[in-house]
Amino acid sequence: MSEILRLQSVSRNFSGLKALQDVSLGISKGEVLGLIGPNGAGKTTLVNVVTGVTPASSGTVTFMGQDITRVKTYQSARLGLSRTFQIVQPFAEFSALDNVAAAALFSQPGESIRSARQEARAHLAFVGLEAQSDQPAATLTLAMRKRLELAKALAMKPKLLFLDEVNAGLNSAEVERATRLIHQLAENGITIVMIEHLMKVVLNVCTRIVVLHNGQLIADGAPRDVIKNPAVVEAYLGQQYAQRAGAHG
Amino acid sequence: MTRSNFILLALVAVIAALPMFGGSYALRLGTIACMYGILALSWNVVGGLAGYPSFATAAFFGFGAYTAGVLLGKGVPLVVAVAAAGGASFALACLLGAALLRLRGHYFAIASLSLIEVFRELVNNATDLTGGGMGLNIPLTSTAGVMADATFYFYVMWGLLLGTASMVVVVAGSKLGFGLACIRQNETAANMIGLNTTLYKSVAFGLSACFVGAAGGVYAAWVHYIDPSDVFDILYSVKPIVMALIGGLGSPLGVLIGAFVYLGLEEVVWRNYIQIHSGVLGVLIVVLLLFLPNGLMSLRSRLLAWRPKRV
Repeated sequence: MSEILRLQSVSRNFSGLKALQDVSLGISKGEVLGLIGPNGAGKTTLVNVVTGVTPASSGTVTFMGQDITRVKTYQSARLGLSRTFQIVQPFAEFSALDNVAAAALFSQPGESIRSARQEARAHLAFVGLEAQSDQPAATLTLAMRKRLELAKALAMKPKLLFLDEVNAGLNSAEVERATRLIHQLAENGITIVMIEHLMKVVLNVCTRIVVLHNGQLIADGAPRDVIKNPAVVEAYLGQQYAQRAGAHG
Repeated sequence: MTRSNFILLALVAVIAALPMFGGSYALRLGTIACMYGILALSWNVVGGLAGYPSFATAAFFGFGAYTAGVLLGKGVPLVVAVAAAGGASFALACLLGAALLRLRGHYFAIASLSLIEVFRELVNNATDLTGGGMGLNIPLTSTAGVMADATFYFYVMWGLLLGTASMVVVVAGSKLGFGLACIRQNETAANMIGLNTTLYKSVAFGLSACFVGAAGGVYAAWVHYIDPSDVFDILYSVKPIVMALIGGLGSPLGVLIGAFVYLGLEEVVWRNYIQIHSGVLGVLIVVLLLFLPNGLMSLRSRLLAWRPKRV
């Protein structure tokens, strides 16, 4: 499998705080990579570094053979990097349809407002929001807004999709629905990096897991191996989880 | 084109008939109405659509007035001088916007306010070119008589208003307008979906300065004498914002109606309360904004909402 994204000894400092330290990581095409770790480990910072929101202090980021370390956010979006936000970021006054249409309009060359709206309908249908397409985004429930984020990200025709805690704050039925959607996306060949705290979802969906702790990569490998890794158990999962997983596995 | 934009252009067209009804007072008032309309509609592009509260209107009004004034003094025809004032304002605003629009909210408001002071000081000190604090005399362009002159400048200002209204209608229905609405609602998300926010904001700032500068140019030619404290008056920045608030933020039709209502209030109050007219006008504006926080345009939806209850 060919490599789509490569981080080469990437660091990011916020004055004295080292949010990412010397992280090297390659992501192959078609993978579903789980990015896990305790709060404040630097997971969202990693996404922000790749998408140009907070560029790396040192190191290089390469996306499909192109150096994107210093590329601006809007440019990386046009290259095919898209993300959902941990805290949802809709255009609150716009209808759900226009939210998705905006994503298609500004990320794809040669789109008109009319054609973008047409495409938006298909993406809304995919995430199951066609009935809400004319509602202002502000009136949608949290679960719907999370799915709206997903539809926006899809409208950008991503080659690499970052899902930043799409399941946080959802009930179990909603989580199941979101998980099904992610499975479908993976089947459609989109490379996915998902930040997730629900280990059930991670183990269900991901083909590989990397673990961040205090800005450093402490584990990288197949899901079953990573959750038995003592360093990961110590930093994140906890002894109880390991025992339960051991008993079941 | 939406219905409200159609009404907007129709309203502008109706104003053109004004010289048929009145004397020089009506013409003077009409010219000022057109000028206020230009300022308010222009402010709405950056303030209403993009959500950046700009106080730079007076800066570009004065800049345009002096650009055209100096050119007219050198014998350049009016059309060329006004076009140059508009073009130069657009270019300058795009450049300044790329730097200033990195600031948000209150910070941007203060920075744009300081533009007025900077421009005023520049004009004050460039005595050779602008006459400094002594002001600038602008030669009469025609000798056709007072009334013909007044009618002429009314139509020039009206033409600019038509241009501004058309620009606003085109922008509102375009990709640019769509993008500006995205920026107003959530700039972070706008960046993330591939929108070049710096470019869009700069163009919006440029467009909002373009017609203001041209209007400043026409104003200079109309009044024949300008000085820095007149054309760089901060009231030229504040009034468009008040008009937009009275009419309804973001809606071009509302903003234009707001401009006319404001002028009406200004005139009526000035006539009746000559001693304390600023105070009375201020109180009226506060009362209007308290009871109609979303502007006159919200009256329409309110009336529509009431109707079924009566039936």
